[in-house]
Formats: sequence, C-alpha cells, structure tokens
Amino acid sequence: MLRMALAFVLTLALTSVGHAQEAGLSPDRAATGGAQTLNDILARQAGQAIDDSFRRDATGNPDNAAAIAAQLGTLGGVSDAETWRALRYGSADVTVSAGGEVASVLVQDGGMRWLEFRSTTLRTYGGWLLVGTLAALALFYLVFGRIKIDAEKTGRTVTRFKAIERFGHWLLGGAFILLGLTGLLVLFGRVFLAPLLGKGVNAALLDWSKWVHNNVAWAFILGLVMVFVMWVVHNIPNRTDLHWLRKGGGILFAHEHPPAKKFNAGQKMIFWSVILFGGAIALTGVSLLFPFDLPIFAKVFSALNATGLPQLLGYGELPLALAPQEEMQLAQVWHAILAFILMAIVLAHIYIGSVGMEGAYDAMGSGEVDEAWAEQHHSIWLEEYRAAEAENEKNSTSPAE
Amino acid sequence: MKAMLFGFAAIVVIAIGANTVLGALSYSSADRFSGSSVRN
Repeated sequence: MLRMALAFVLTLALTSVGHAQEAGLSPDRAATGGAQTLNDILARQAGQAIDDSFRRDATGNPDNAAAIAAQLGTLGGVSDAETWRALRYGSADVTVSAGGEVASVLVQDGGMRWLEFRSTTLRTYGGWLLVGTLAALALFYLVFGRIKIDAEKTGRTVTRFKAIERFGHWLLGGAFILLGLTGLLVLFGRVFLAPLLGKGVNAALLDWSKWVHNNVAWAFILGLVMVFVMWVVHNIPNRTDLHWLRKGGGILFAHEHPPAKKFNAGQKMIFWSVILFGGAIALTGVSLLFPFDLPIFAKVFSALNATGLPQLLGYGELPLALAPQEEMQLAQVWHAILAFILMAIVLAHIYIGSVGMEGAYDAMGSGEVDEAWAEQHHSIWLEEYRAAEAENEKNSTSPAE
Repeated sequence: MKAMLFGFAAIVVIAIGANTVLGALSYSSADRFSGSSVRN
C-alpha cells in the first residue's frame, strides 16, 4: 500500500508497467492449494505489483469451526497462519486495553518498505540531488562567472527591502538552513558520521538535531507566512516575466538585462517554490510533530481519487484505509522528498544572492542597493520607486490647505 | 544586517518558546505516549 503511494508520488510521469504485468500474471494457484506460487514470488522480487487478495483475504472463518463436541471442536475456525495473515493485513479484530487505534496495529509490514525506501532510495537520490546541484552551480560559476554590475556604480542607493521584509526573509532562511542541516544529520548521520566520529557523538548530534528540528519548525512556519503576506502581490506572474524568461534573465540567452518589476521571473519561481514546497513541508511536518493526531494522507488520497488522476495513470484508486503508522510514514517520505527538492532550489538561490551576483547580497543585508544595480536588474521597479519618491516629496513640500 | 541578526535571534526565541509552551501544555512525547503506569 505504501509502495503504491510512493510510486504514485515519485513516478507520476511513468507508465504503469507493473500494472500491465499484474494483468498478465496467471492467477491459477491450484497447484499450491491457493497459496502463493513461484510466479508470485518472482514477481514480488522483481518489484512488480501483485494482487495479493489471495493471501490478504485468506484469514479463515470462525463460523467454520467444528462444533464443540466434535473432533477438533476446540480449535476454532481459524488457523495460526490465517490469524497472522489477518494481523499482517490489518483485518484482525484486535482489542487493546491502552494506546488506542495505534496500539491495535500489531504487525505493519509497510514499515519495512518505508524503512527500505528511507535507507536506500531517499538517501541515494536525495544526496545526489544536492551534490549534483552544487556541482552544477560550480560549473555555472566557471562558465558565466560572477554577474557584474555593467554600469559604473553611482554611489546613490535605493531601499530595496524594508527591515521587516529582511527580518521575515532571514527568519525563514535561517530556520530553513537549520532544518535542512538537522534533517540531513538525521538521515545521513548513521551512514557518514557514526563511522567517522563514533556512535556516541552521532547519537548526541541526533538528539540535538531532533530538538532543533522539532522546535525551529515554528520559526520556519512564521517566516513562511510573513514572506507570503509581504510579497505575494509582487509575485503574481505578468507579461514582463515572459520577456525575462525569453532572454534567460540576461545571462543565458542575451547580454542585455531584461526589465523587471520588484521581482523578476526567476525570483518569482523561487518564491512560489518556497511557498508551495515549504507549505507542503510545513503541513507534513506539523502532522509529524503531533504523531497520529493529524493524519492527512487519507484525505489527500480521497481528493486525488476524486480527480480521477491516479486511475488515469493506471494506479487504480489510492488506498483510503491507512494505518496510523502508515500515515506517519507517508508524511515522513513526502516531507523528505519535498525538502530535498527545496534544498536544491534554495542552494541556487543562495548562490545567486551571494557569490553569483555582485550587489545582490546588499538587498537582503543592508536593504540598500546601488541605483546602477537596481537599473540593471529591476528597471521597472526602480522607475516605480523613483515615481513614488517624487510623489512623496511633492506631497511633503506642498503647503497644507 | 541588524534585521538579519534579529531574524536569527527570533529563531532561537521561538524555538525555546515552542519547546516550553508545548511542554507546559502536555504536548511532550513523554506526556503523549506514556500512561500513568509508566515511571517518569
């Protein structure tokens, strides 16, 4: 079930090979008396989707028990294997005295699939995504160098971002960097740090990372809300963005810098990535912060099923009956995948805001940028800024009536 | 620069505040996932 959901998340663009193979499997299991066949085992080992209802539903029937006085009459109508199967597939009627619904799940084999995904696929692809991004940025720097201010600096500055805007940016950015680093420590610490520094040091780092990750999350959420409220109006796409993109921002396909308002198309892409990815990361993060209290995936799957998209892609209906543990596993997986993507995007943002472009850091450092920089990168915004300044000056010098 | 430092300081304050407040509201892991029969 978990695999199906993960596959949906990760391979939306892929065709449903497994589904086709499933249809081609022979369901004839007469030779094994209904138990799994060699074909089933081989298909499972090959990672193909299998209709496992022949096992899932083979959980016995208490009503079939022999009468109490009959031979075998005290053994009930369900074998040990059938009982374990029912426990494994979550259909056993389990009653627990404490712990609620979570504790009633005695076997959750989806947990092994989650663990395997986290230990292999997530680490491998996530790690290489970050390494690849850093390599691509280094290559970009080698090819294009630092983007200079073409004109002579004027020495006159304009206020690019007010103090509250810079505060919100650094609240969000600082929190994200801490969350990213601690998240990476949690994911990779056992693999890289434990062999290097010892298990004791790694354990202490993990303990610290967990505290930081859990509590800094709130600063990230506050920063995300602040940035959204302050800048959403400036990030609505418009026609100048198309021109900016056609010119590759004045770096890739042209040497003259295309006009832009307060934010250019590249910055708008960063903004919406941060809002959408960051929002989804925050949502799944809050779900993980209050384990089992705020499950979201059954609701999300229900909404997705209603769109017909999973069915269109050949995955059938996404499961809606998720064990509490499964909800947490999906939240963790989704949280980590999106975080890796956002980290890669933010690395590019950090690059262009620091070593990649002369004068860019000033915008978020002091808030003041040279007019030559503003003219080069945000000419429409500079015009609007000057017009507003002139208007303010005019209003302040006009005599009161 | 000052706004940046204030932003970083706010992260520390919010994190410590969140930990304190959630703990006081019995949202700590120990409170949520252990019963009265478990020794603290």
